[in-house]
Amino acid sequence: MAETTVSPLEPEGPGRERHVHLARVLGPLHIWGLGVGIVLVGEYMGWNFAVEKGGMLGALIAAWVIGVLYICVSLMDSEMTSTMATTGGQYTQAKHTIGPLMAFNVGLFLVFEYTMLEAADANVITYLGTLIAAELGYTGSINQYAFIVLAIVLLAWLNYRGVLLTLSINFVITAIAFAAIVGLFIAVQASGDGGGEVHLGLAGQESNGLPYGWLGAFAALQFGMWYYLGIEGTAQAAEECRSAARAIPLGTICGIITLLLAATLTWYVCSALLPWQYLAGSITPLFDAAKTFGGPLTAVLAGGTVLATLASANGCINDASRAWFAMGRDNYLPSFFGAAHPRYRTPFRSILTLVPVAISFAILPVLLDNPGLLSTVITFSILSALLMYAFVVVNMFRFRSLWPLGSLERGYIHPFHPIPSILLGFLVAAVLIATFLGFGTTLLTLISFYFLASIWFVLFRYRYVRRGAQFTLPWPKPRGY
Amino acid sequence: MSIMQLLEYAAWIISAVLVAWMVFDAIKVSREYPEDYLISRADIDQVEFDDERA
Repeated sequence: MAETTVSPLEPEGPGRERHVHLARVLGPLHIWGLGVGIVLVGEYMGWNFAVEKGGMLGALIAAWVIGVLYICVSLMDSEMTSTMATTGGQYTQAKHTIGPLMAFNVGLFLVFEYTMLEAADANVITYLGTLIAAELGYTGSINQYAFIVLAIVLLAWLNYRGVLLTLSINFVITAIAFAAIVGLFIAVQASGDGGGEVHLGLAGQESNGLPYGWLGAFAALQFGMWYYLGIEGTAQAAEECRSAARAIPLGTICGIITLLLAATLTWYVCSALLPWQYLAGSITPLFDAAKTFGGPLTAVLAGGTVLATLASANGCINDASRAWFAMGRDNYLPSFFGAAHPRYRTPFRSILTLVPVAISFAILPVLLDNPGLLSTVITFSILSALLMYAFVVVNMFRFRSLWPLGSLERGYIHPFHPIPSILLGFLVAAVLIATFLGFGTTLLTLISFYFLASIWFVLFRYRYVRRGAQFTLPWPKPRGY
Repeated sequence: MSIMQLLEYAAWIISAVLVAWMVFDAIKVSREYPEDYLISRADIDQVEFDDERA
């Protein structure tokens, strides 16, 4: 080990050129639990708004087309992150391949994507608690503030205490939530409801598959994001892996395969059990599908919904704090946020700082008595992710151009370059257009916000960025420099 | 007092205790250790990482 290292569990005194670093304790299972954990809640709720836009077949087309988009994202992230094994993920990629302004924007996209998703998860956990209490016969009102705050604080505390326990828990609860979907599928098949004779989602008129034609299927693309949104979060854990070169590609690619299976199974069981008109407006489609069975499956899917939501919020706290931390230690934000805890080896100040931000956005729909604000919060998250994917395309082209194959030891080399990058570019453009049709004002508001943030960065923050320290990895000079 | 009200009070109390613990710990750590030591460095970490792999 180099002379500059120190065991953070045995800290030395002041004046030594030593620094605390994050713990390297994660393996492929933790990476799988992080990536799938953030996403799986989208299978339990949210994806079915694609049915409202495009009907049952529109939702299936969205699941598979957006599945291709995320396969491309996963492959490219696996290559770049397994090579740049530092916290920050796509932010670090942008920093090395393009420059500070783009890195700042990508970092901000990441923080917003995960913090907004965490806020929405906390809000939904409370809603689920209300539903379960009603099922158990409780008729009074519930103080949502108390449970929203508890959900966020409890998970933040878990993250504060260490990444190994946090992501081990995420792995277990995500695996249970996934097993619940598989269990429902097996039950549907065994009962004969999935055999095709009574496929309620497609029953009735022939036009039920695509009630609004191909335009409806196109509009459904934005909600197809729910099936997979967040799998790219595996990149944030690179610095904390025992071997990023092994864990990141293995965990991420197994994660996207799991999600493709989960998306198709979810669509299948829901379309077998529920009419598309009902499914289009359902808040908890998988739970509702299980209720048509009754018995223990109802409780299993209720539990699966709560666990999936908790896993998502937990993973989001992990990822948002890592992106904030990475920007802090590079001086893109005050370096105060770049501190790691000497005992728990977590970015403790970043975790703590984002708690009030998440609570504020989570209680907003309750405070203003406007449940519609929840969808705006989620849309902020989705759009931030979409803008980030557009930059991943540029990152990938620049990465292969500046450091061609053979010039660096890569943990993973994704196949068929540049086809996945080109495909991703087209698909992101298509989803952005589809989103503009439905949420044009929100999209323009968000772009304006990021534009103003960029002006702030250039005028007031860029002077603090250590330009000579941008290339933090011991790599050969890029081609052409 | 109903069970739900008790749960609400418990939620507030647990949240307050956890926030207080985290804030107290963060302040304690910031006072005990010099800032240079706490600030993580990506370049140093990466060198260590490569050494460990080698």
